[in-house]
Amino acid sequence: LSHGSGGRAMAQLINDIFHAAFDNDWLRSNNDQASLDALPGRLVMTTDGYVVSPLFFPGGDIGSLSVHGTINDIAMGGATPKYLSASFIIEEGFPFADLERIAQSMGEASRAAGVPIVTGDTKVVERGKADGVFISTAGVGVLPEEISLSSDKARPGDAVLVSGSMGDHGVAIMSRRENLQFDVEILSDSAPLHGLVADMIAAAGGSLRVMRDPTRGGLAAALNEIALQSDVGFAIEEALIPVKPQVAAACEFLGLDPLYVANEGKLVAICEAQAAETLLAAMRAHPLGKNASMIGHVVEDENNFVEMKTGFGGGRIVDWLSGEQLPRIC
Amino acid sequence: MGRVVAVPSQASQRLRVRVRGAVQGVGFRPFVYGLATRMDLSGFVRNDASGVLLEAQGGDVQRFLERLSRDAPPLARIDAIEVEELPLGEDFGFLILESVAGKSQTRITPDAAVCRSCLDELFDPASRFYLYPFVTCTHCGPRYALSRRLPYDRAQTSMAPFAMCPECARDYRDPRNRRFHAEPIACPTCGPRLSHAPKEIAAALISGLIVAVKGVGGFHLMCDARNAGAVEELRRRKQRDAKPFAVMVANPASVGKAARAAPQELDLLQSVTRPIVLMESAGALPRAVAPGLGRIGVMLPYTPLHHLIFHEAAGAPKDQAWRDSPQELILVATSANLGGDPLVKDNDEAQAQLASIADLIVTHDREIVTRVDDSVLSLVGGAPAFLRRARGFAPEPIELASDGPCVIAAGAHLKATLTVTRGREAFVSQHIGDLSGAATTRFYRETAAKLLDLLDVAPEYVACDLHPDYYSTRWAEGQGAPLIRVQHHCAHLAGVLAEHRIEGPALGLALDGHGFGDAGQSWGGELMRFEGATWRRLGGLSPLPAPGGDHAAREPWRMGVGALAKLGRLDAAERLFAGEPRAIEMKGLIEKGYAPPVTSSMGRLFDAAAALLGFSSGQRYEAQAAMEMEALAAVPCAMEGGFEMTEVELDFGPLLAALADRKFTPQEGSELFHGTIVEGCAAFILRAAEAQRLDIVALGGGCLMNRILAEGLTRRLQAAGLRVLLARRLPPNDGGISFGQAVVARSFVQSRTAEELALCV
Ligand SMILES: [Fe+3]
Ligand SMILES: [Mg+2]
Ligand SMILES: [Zn+2]
Ligand SMILES: [Zn+2]
Repeated sequence: LSHGSGGRAMAQLINDIFHAAFDNDWLRSNNDQASLDALPGRLVMTTDGYVVSPLFFPGGDIGSLSVHGTINDIAMGGATPKYLSASFIIEEGFPFADLERIAQSMGEASRAAGVPIVTGDTKVVERGKADGVFISTAGVGVLPEEISLSSDKARPGDAVLVSGSMGDHGVAIMSRRENLQFDVEILSDSAPLHGLVADMIAAAGGSLRVMRDPTRGGLAAALNEIALQSDVGFAIEEALIPVKPQVAAACEFLGLDPLYVANEGKLVAICEAQAAETLLAAMRAHPLGKNASMIGHVVEDENNFVEMKTGFGGGRIVDWLSGEQLPRIC
Repeated sequence: MGRVVAVPSQASQRLRVRVRGAVQGVGFRPFVYGLATRMDLSGFVRNDASGVLLEAQGGDVQRFLERLSRDAPPLARIDAIEVEELPLGEDFGFLILESVAGKSQTRITPDAAVCRSCLDELFDPASRFYLYPFVTCTHCGPRYALSRRLPYDRAQTSMAPFAMCPECARDYRDPRNRRFHAEPIACPTCGPRLSHAPKEIAAALISGLIVAVKGVGGFHLMCDARNAGAVEELRRRKQRDAKPFAVMVANPASVGKAARAAPQELDLLQSVTRPIVLMESAGALPRAVAPGLGRIGVMLPYTPLHHLIFHEAAGAPKDQAWRDSPQELILVATSANLGGDPLVKDNDEAQAQLASIADLIVTHDREIVTRVDDSVLSLVGGAPAFLRRARGFAPEPIELASDGPCVIAAGAHLKATLTVTRGREAFVSQHIGDLSGAATTRFYRETAAKLLDLLDVAPEYVACDLHPDYYSTRWAEGQGAPLIRVQHHCAHLAGVLAEHRIEGPALGLALDGHGFGDAGQSWGGELMRFEGATWRRLGGLSPLPAPGGDHAAREPWRMGVGALAKLGRLDAAERLFAGEPRAIEMKGLIEKGYAPPVTSSMGRLFDAAAALLGFSSGQRYEAQAAMEMEALAAVPCAMEGGFEMTEVELDFGPLLAALADRKFTPQEGSELFHGTIVEGCAAFILRAAEAQRLDIVALGGGCLMNRILAEGLTRRLQAAGLRVLLARRLPPNDGGISFGQAVVARSFVQSRTAEELALCV
């Protein structure tokens, strides 16, 4: 890939790659905007930037991730994702083959999810001004009238559920980045959650209060954010939090806590306590929620602590970390 | 000892004397009254906002002054006596006057052991306090643990619900009585009651049961230390599989059954603070008491109930001879807490949390207001040094070199304490503990509020560690006062310097576990230069890979592999860590290019050595491997060429390489390690001392709890002409961090302009 010279031909080449991969009527019409039929109900909109190293990792790549991530951000509001847009910042010298692979993966992810990428843009920047490729996606979705999810709605007594095992994505990324090989390969959990969310809403829509995808900072960051925004605390139990044995082992080995490790295909749901069992059953009936678990409940706490009961009986604070997991034992 | 200020040169006719310090609520006024009346002086004494004020005339006032400081009551701490001459006045004898501004405004004294006079009454069948477990007087008993707020007055303590009977009220009002204004005065008629008779408690203990006993600042878990089965059962139920237990013996004559105590250690044991003293084990108790360690923590009884238990165990004799003769019973007495949670102090807490551990829970109806653990000390270089500072010492202040703004310092994370400065004094809280647990953070916040309340101050500045993820840092960030972040090892060393009131310039060497470096590095073996408010890192230990961050502090094999990686000898991993498959796996990862984080920590260097020498691969309590190594090292010896150094880096690579050869027994290896570490650190310091033209060095950090290191380094540096400063009033570990932070914050504030300070957030 080169930058500047041969601009027009190059832009065409790149466009072709994406059009072929995403292929739909909106893109084929080749306008600077996509015209969409007005949707009934309330609209939700979100946008997110994706920078990940490495670009390709076990279980996914930056392309599929940029589709799933934005779909999930819409789904966490309880909405149905309808359309996506995508914008690319590509570093000069980036291999065409890799770009093609990313585009293919994005196209597949969008088709599998049933959410088309209807408009996009590409820019090539000088070498060193970007790390391979950066992707920005935006999405629009529709929100049913009766649904109103928000991070400030958790109330003492509510149940806390997670849709599956924690930490898979972060460990998959890390193992590729640090060139770590474990006995069992750990795959990213990158997946679109709107199907699971639709089933959850059908089963217990009105009782749902908060949904969150625990991405960067993992479950710990997600719960701490909700605790602060809802001005509550959490009482969770370590033994109830699903973590795959190989992820637990890898984390232990590297000195990480899986609760702080990112996920890309999991959600945390908070619902009224009496709906918890119904919701859990609905989640477990969906392939992306088959390992769902109720991990604790919301409590009153002026300190907004996420307190975890561990095997030793003590209540450990799962606090909000400023960044990476630093040693504290002196 | 207090300082006598401006004593008139000739015997005066009437003196006005102001006594400053901890002189209220400790029987100081009756002491003055007694002294004055015996010496035929007239005048008066009273409490006021700054301490005790008295006037005296008519006799040998100079001798009166001498005795005033020499014979002061046991719990009094005199900071200063100021004397002024007055013209003769008219008196009606010598009077105790009502306080000017209510009662004790100044301080609450720490908790003290029951005194000898009270014990005489406790075991005197003729006394109204015979066998009464809450006997006390102005010279003894719990204070800090019972007080809700100042002034120190019965109504403000947990004695408030107990109305004094006429006899107690009479004693309380009588200035000639030892119980004059003894706020917790109580007797069998009017005072608190115990849930179980001492006879029953002693019988349970002797039969091998585990008993929770409510004490001064919390509950103890007790069992018969001679009974291996009972001790092992306590370990099992407390899920504490290796950490050493302290023991309680009946009296000084019985210490020899548990330990070989030096005379100084016996003195320390008997001090009014009654701490746990670590001393050489006599090896007579079951291994389960302190597995793998040559030293044992011993304490003497400090509540009347403790004495009553030993009295019953001795067959409840009517005479008092048993009190000074050796007794058979030795008790394990360990803090009653679960996991990392704070000490249990309330009756309902005890029922809820200790029911699964204790066969019998002994409570009483006097509330413990403030949780205070036992203090732990050990002799280092012939003088006491803290391992944990709490009961008997908190909240006694440490005097600073100068006045300054009010600072509250948040401390570290694992052995948290808080410090509040007021004027020239720094008040360091009791040991609070590991702030990873929600219950401990509650105790931490309560302690902060209580300290500020007792001292009646509002902090102008808040100080905390540089580490962004300590709970204490988060707490400090939420205080709403300008925040000063202090590097961990700077705080360790500045604290030691301040204890000795040295403002520099001086050198400091921190030998520690882990602290957040000035740019986020993992530090723990740092040489620094201090001058007033500024510090500079001169150099430190050569960093070692620490695979697994905090896990490296729990599993020494990690540091072992890290050391091998650094030495380029990963091939030795299979041979050295045959029993630890993860070590082999880690070796493989590093060979494939995985670069673990690195640390310059001395604590982790100990772990690396322990791993290379084949010590336990997992630590069941903090610094277990290092403590076991210390226990084995009888005669430390330095290895020729065991270290290399430059201006900025001290590298024990050659020593580690020698240990990796495993040509030594664990004992030889431990001795070589300790000896070489001392030699290397001394050489590193001496080189800097010469280059910087400095002759004072402070030693700080958790590794200084290792006596071989502390004493060896001190001897070696003193021999070379340096003045060596060790932590004496506070522990060298993170328990001293809050004090160091407060000191650094104050000197920082005092050296900056208002505009610069406006930038602190
Ligand atoms: Fe430290
Ligand atoms: Mg997002
Ligand atoms: Zn007494
Ligand atoms: Zn009475």
